[in-house]
Amino acid sequence: MLKSRLRNASEIRSERTGSNNRPDRPCNWKGEHMASRNVLLIFKSSIMYKPVIYRLARDFDLVFNILEAKIMPRREGRLILELRGDDELMEKGIQFLRDHQVVVEPLKDRIRREEDYCVHCGACTGLCPTGALSLVRPELKVSFDVDKCVACGVCGLVCPFGAMKDITLFDPFAEGRTAAESGD
Amino acid sequence: MAEFQVNKTFAEINEKIKQGRAVVVTAEEMIDITREHGAVEAARKIDVVTTGTFGIMCSSGAFLNFGHSNPRMKAQKVYLNGVEAYAGLAAVDVYIGATQVKEDDPLNKVFPGRFRYGGGHVIEDLVAGREVQLQAISYGTDCYPRRSYERTMTLKDFPDAVLLNPRNAYQNYNCAVNFSKKTIYTYMGMIRPECSNANFSTAGQLSPLLNDPLYKTIGMGTRIFLGGGVGYVIGAGTQHNPGVRRSENGVVMGGAGTLAVKGDLKGMSSRFLRGASLTGYGCSLNVGIGIPIPILNEEMAQFTAVSDAEISVPVVDYGNDYPNMAGGPLAYVTYAQLKSGTITFDGREVVTAPLSSYSAALEIATILKEWIQSGQFLLGEAQETLPSVPFAGFPNLAKS
Ligand code: SF4
Ligand code: SF4
Repeated sequence: MLKSRLRNASEIRSERTGSNNRPDRPCNWKGEHMASRNVLLIFKSSIMYKPVIYRLARDFDLVFNILEAKIMPRREGRLILELRGDDELMEKGIQFLRDHQVVVEPLKDRIRREEDYCVHCGACTGLCPTGALSLVRPELKVSFDVDKCVACGVCGLVCPFGAMKDITLFDPFAEGRTAAESGD
Repeated sequence: MAEFQVNKTFAEINEKIKQGRAVVVTAEEMIDITREHGAVEAARKIDVVTTGTFGIMCSSGAFLNFGHSNPRMKAQKVYLNGVEAYAGLAAVDVYIGATQVKEDDPLNKVFPGRFRYGGGHVIEDLVAGREVQLQAISYGTDCYPRRSYERTMTLKDFPDAVLLNPRNAYQNYNCAVNFSKKTIYTYMGMIRPECSNANFSTAGQLSPLLNDPLYKTIGMGTRIFLGGGVGYVIGAGTQHNPGVRRSENGVVMGGAGTLAVKGDLKGMSSRFLRGASLTGYGCSLNVGIGIPIPILNEEMAQFTAVSDAEISVPVVDYGNDYPNMAGGPLAYVTYAQLKSGTITFDGREVVTAPLSSYSAALEIATILKEWIQSGQFLLGEAQETLPSVPFAGFPNLAKS
């Protein structure tokens, strides 16, 4: 099993949180607002080696940023992409992928915080690579911004109360170090 | 021979509480009050300051009496939801410890283990009113012939259930970093290599023993908020060590005083008693504690006015130094710096994260404040004080 991490967590972190003044909605070169969405793509072995992703850029004008990737040769490939572009074209691009048998799941739908379990301790905030989990000052409550989450799984590993659910996308063997860990 | 300008007694303050006239504020509110009016005036105005903390406290557990079966049994080994409770007591008395791990847990065999269920979770389940499976075995005696027993129980089926924690509410603690080359999993959480993040665990300016740093009012018999119910301090906790280095305000610069506490589990709430799983380390229990501090004089007003910026925390390497009992603190930082989200240390910016919930600590202090204001919760005067050290006094409060 080959685990590849194209960019490590701290790079994402510094890019995302280092510039806290980053506008919430990114702009394109014309200054128009672009939608941004983090999605998980699953390629079954039958389509693993087909070139489809580049067409997101060519045909749908979408910018994609590979956040994490794992390829199990001849079995399955998984990618987490951050997609940016026009809302409508994004829908079309996602539909295009689905038409080509790629499973596309918005991370939003896979990840959530069990609010009743979270005690707002903050233990996850020092490790979340993207700032999706962060302490809001001065009241020191922990906010969870699902749009920033890249499903690295670290919070699931460190939350003492099991408040972060379904975040180990890359760990079919459930227990043990996650993909986020292994590259460090 | 008045030592202080303001002199109040527990009895006087309790009288005011009963009449609904006591002035109660949280330790957070007390900071500004004392800053604005000075300690003497603050001591005149304020009767009680409430504190709070909600963090992982491993030295915790509960004594449970599960009632006699028919025929009788003298339990030798007892399990609650598969977690062993110590049964080396009378026939149906057991002690369930917070860190006891479920019997079939894989522990750290696949590292890091997840430790999903343990004694702390059993306590949480009981307090939440959830069903717990009790299993007991024995060797049988003439007066206690039964050899095995199983029963599904909820908290109300236990004739007695008492939370009794030998060491809680650590007065200050370490800030943990990791200078080794690999990620470590500790009771201070997951810490990345080469000092990339720092974890700390204290309620700081709200923390009970940081507001009464020389244990002048907190001692055996102090009535407290414990796990959402009422409890008592029953003495110094294990490892209580008043002799730790202190700054000029009397505040310890590292782990020092501790408390042993006790309370009826049946009055508690699972909001403030939560089972915890620390990846790679083990199980534990998050305990909510709030302690009221009577403002007997201006010195107590000054103590309770302590703010995060005046509390120093030692930075300790958990990669090598701590496990091997080597080296000392690498540096001291203040709790205010830790709370800001980064500390600058060793020439770099290190991301910090708390392990104990400040927002829950504030909630506890606020609930305790309301209990006292409502006249229901009277202060318990310490029958015996905790071991302490001499204090020179605050220079701004020179005694007359
Ligand atoms: S570690 Fe868990 S309980 Fe603590 S703030 Fe994060 S999600 Fe909430
Ligand atoms: S999975 Fe958790 S730690 Fe990872 S990016 Fe999402 S919120 Fe942050």
